[in-house]
Amino acid sequence: MKTDYDIIVVGAGPAGSIAARFAAEQGASVLMLEKDRDVGYPVRCGEAISKAGVSEFIEPDERWISAHISKFALISPDGTEAVIEFGDAGYVLERRIFDYELAKTAAKAGAEILTRAYVNGLIIENGKVCGVKYDYRGQQKELRAKVVIGADGVESRVGRWAGLKTYIDFRDMECCVQITASNINVNNETLYFYFGQNVAPGGYFWIFPKVNGAANIGLGVSGMVGKKKSALSFLNNFMEQNFPSAPILTSIAGGVPSSITLEKISAPGIMLVGDAARQVNPLSGGGIASGMIGGSIAGRIAGEAVKKNNPDYILTYDKEWHNRLGKRHEIFERIKNGIYNFSDEKFNKIAHSFNSIPKEKRTLGRLFTTALVNQPSLLVDIAKVFII
Amino acid sequence: MKYRQAKTGKLMIDILPDKCDYCGCCVGVCPEDAIELKEAEIFIIDERCTNCAKCVWSCPIEVIKFNKEGVPA
Repeated sequence: MKTDYDIIVVGAGPAGSIAARFAAEQGASVLMLEKDRDVGYPVRCGEAISKAGVSEFIEPDERWISAHISKFALISPDGTEAVIEFGDAGYVLERRIFDYELAKTAAKAGAEILTRAYVNGLIIENGKVCGVKYDYRGQQKELRAKVVIGADGVESRVGRWAGLKTYIDFRDMECCVQITASNINVNNETLYFYFGQNVAPGGYFWIFPKVNGAANIGLGVSGMVGKKKSALSFLNNFMEQNFPSAPILTSIAGGVPSSITLEKISAPGIMLVGDAARQVNPLSGGGIASGMIGGSIAGRIAGEAVKKNNPDYILTYDKEWHNRLGKRHEIFERIKNGIYNFSDEKFNKIAHSFNSIPKEKRTLGRLFTTALVNQPSLLVDIAKVFII
Repeated sequence: MKYRQAKTGKLMIDILPDKCDYCGCCVGVCPEDAIELKEAEIFIIDERCTNCAKCVWSCPIEVIKFNKEGVPA
């Protein structure tokens, strides 16, 4: 290990690994630090992703694909299933293998990686971040770097130590619990989303199939809901009603920062990526693909800044992210605020009217437009959803 | 009875560390950077906490409690 690096990445999730890889590909010396013992474990995620979201960054590999997805089923509060067929559109991942393989692609590009390294402070000189302080197996250490990339997840503190406003409004935090259960009898090509006050108010409940009859099951509710009833109680209710004796193989809590991107995701010597930058798609809660995109932009720009010997160049990251995805997330955020405030009756009406159109015409766009045509009373709400 | 002291008086936020999943929801919503979270270790940084309770509301598994009486030292 060296005593200083061009770029230090804090956190070895998908966003961190891709940032490390793209920086190393520019010829920079890169070190990625992970606080946990293992890269890829524990898994705090629904694990679903679109094919396009993956293949931009890694060759699909059956070792980390747990299911191939071709259908979405949206289940309204009265149990009506609105099924949308997509063709071969996505995967449910085996993230403990996926994250590990992503980190290996960073390693192959030349990045060094160290687990059990808990970053607990930054070196800041004249208002610029110049390195990290970290604990490694009980020893306090320091390393200098030209750029620090914070990929430290929903619990990110690296950004705030650098003076960026990173804490998230508790109403925008989707508080989640997630289990892997066995003997779940669902279609193994369908992602199931349940909506309604009883299952996940202000969010959704998911069942995503995995290999051999297992499923990733969970839900997220806003911190506003959590004030009265926790995500865990919603999960327990659902499982008791639907799968009372399903064997549970994993069970864990998690958080999804479900908002638009932070106002600033770079400052002198520091860049934020993934959940730490709040780069999650606020409508779906999906953050793997968008985190990898954020990581790729940040890693490349950081590498270029080192090559050009122009530290200020990293500040162009904000704009590039905004143009690539940040802008779109602002629209998704508005749609989210419309949809997740629908009453149970409205969800039911939309599902019924959707199912009354011919099967081959049932697309996601149709879900909204048909609801609008067939149920004029929904017009105002749907319009609200699409007003930008 | 001696109580732990928050920034704004008696500390009223109580994390039950042995029941925690270390997911980080509480850290993400804390406006004061008053929660320390490692791989399998979590605690309140007393002198920063303002008892705002946002961490209590956002805990998915109910392991952060609001204790009006104050958390004993």
